[in-house]
Amino acid sequence: MITNWEVIETNHMIEKENLDVRTITIGISLLDCIDSDLDKLNEKIYNKITTVAKDLVKTGQEIEKDYCIPIVNKRISVTPIALVGSAACKSPEDFVTIAETLDRAAHTVGVNFIGGYSALVSKGMTPAEENLIRSIPQALATTELVCSSVNVGSTKTGINMDAVRLIGEMIKETAELTKENDSLGCAKFVVFCNAPDDNPFMAGAFHGVTEADAVINVGVSGPGVVKTALEKVRGESFEVLCETIKKTAFKVTRVGQLVAKEASKKLGIPFGIIDLSLAPTPAVGDSVADILCEIGLEYAGAPGTTAALALLNDQVKKGGIMASSYVGGLSGAFIPVSEDQGMIDAVVAGALTLEKLEAMTCVCSVGLDMIAIPGDTKATTISGIIADEMAIGMINQKTTAVRVIPVIGKGVGEVVEFGGLLGYAPIMPVNSFSCDDFINRKGRIPAPVHSFKN
Amino acid sequence: MEKNKVIITVLGKDTVGIIAKVCTYLAENEINILDISQTIVSGYFNMMMIADLSSSAKEFSVISSDLEEVGKELGVSVKCQREEIFERMHRI
Repeated sequence: MITNWEVIETNHMIEKENLDVRTITIGISLLDCIDSDLDKLNEKIYNKITTVAKDLVKTGQEIEKDYCIPIVNKRISVTPIALVGSAACKSPEDFVTIAETLDRAAHTVGVNFIGGYSALVSKGMTPAEENLIRSIPQALATTELVCSSVNVGSTKTGINMDAVRLIGEMIKETAELTKENDSLGCAKFVVFCNAPDDNPFMAGAFHGVTEADAVINVGVSGPGVVKTALEKVRGESFEVLCETIKKTAFKVTRVGQLVAKEASKKLGIPFGIIDLSLAPTPAVGDSVADILCEIGLEYAGAPGTTAALALLNDQVKKGGIMASSYVGGLSGAFIPVSEDQGMIDAVVAGALTLEKLEAMTCVCSVGLDMIAIPGDTKATTISGIIADEMAIGMINQKTTAVRVIPVIGKGVGEVVEFGGLLGYAPIMPVNSFSCDDFINRKGRIPAPVHSFKN
Repeated sequence: MEKNKVIITVLGKDTVGIIAKVCTYLAENEINILDISQTIVSGYFNMMMIADLSSSAKEFSVISSDLEEVGKELGVSVKCQREEIFERMHRI
């Protein structure tokens, strides 16, 4: 029988420590919508999304009520649109019509975001994929809820440097087209190496081609819960520290698993995976950086940060894996800057630099995330940042990503406000030495030697 | 049936008749109380009940909203949650 103490603990986590389910994401395959007629394609896409996901928001709200746990986001991910649109779209403008359809469908069903305006080009680009990438600035500027991602590298294929170069330009163009809103368009775009097929988190969610027709993926959260648990073991040994993180991650993940199963049952859509990520929000007490401080750092970014983050990431996985048999997605600690008050404070204090963040991405779950950089940063420099991050992912056989926002008209020291879950960020300085000749080389970086495992 | 077990928690300043009022509502709606425990920590009332909704004619969502209302009348917070969230979190 459940004890009073256990009930109090759970409710305290929810009410005081920001325990929530970050997202229920339905992955929807659009492969059966493919048509060479663009109008028909758009119609089929709209109909399929609004049919499969019609009860998502209502179901999410029911589950919130059943357990009194907030489910912050309800989202949709779809098959990479470069594949779905390849038969019908002959130009970037054609692809933009699909983005508009996705946006309309997302508004109709009431979700927060729809992801999958994506292309997977880790080895090469088809003409359709190139058109989709070229359409990204326009697509993100004319839609509200559409998120876009491109996978430009993997451990198995190496890095497609032609795509990396092109994306540097597209990020700049997106920033220009959305400059009235502090270049917000860039916050809805992420470039990946080793992108997972089942990630429920935005902006990088898409429904991989290896997936079933529809699937429920759930992202849990709870940095505040981990932080509070660690407050009780200050000064204790690493063993105690690790045990505490693991136990907490277990509890948090079990809640996610419960919500995923319930959503799956109510919607009649199979359950896919739980993503164990510690995902911060700008709310005070919901910060991954604060956990690092609790582990013993003055600020995130101080010497020892990478080790502390490595430990945290690993323990979260170890605890979570015991709690759910189907763990996937990104699963680890996210370290976005603008979405985490502790990270923002660290940047403002001068403790955290872009270079240290890059080191941290070697051991965290994803990569350089929600980082505002000066608007006059060159496209090749952005491509250089992407290439570095992709190389880390390729060599370490992990997912890495870049989501940077060159804020047009603003420079280092100024602050940019994105609003809501996207938060705000001080603009960080970027190394201004040139990498033009490196980025302007054609072709791809070959796969590393340790990828040859057959 | 297992699935119909809920945990009702009441949290707030201690006043006369909190349990009576909540229990009256439960009795009127054929909700059976399986377990009840309470503590008072520095003047704050903290009660937990495990109840069974199987025989009640009302739906979970209605009961949950009604109990919230009862809480408001008493000036305390009353929460009704399905038991699984606690089972899942605290039992392997």
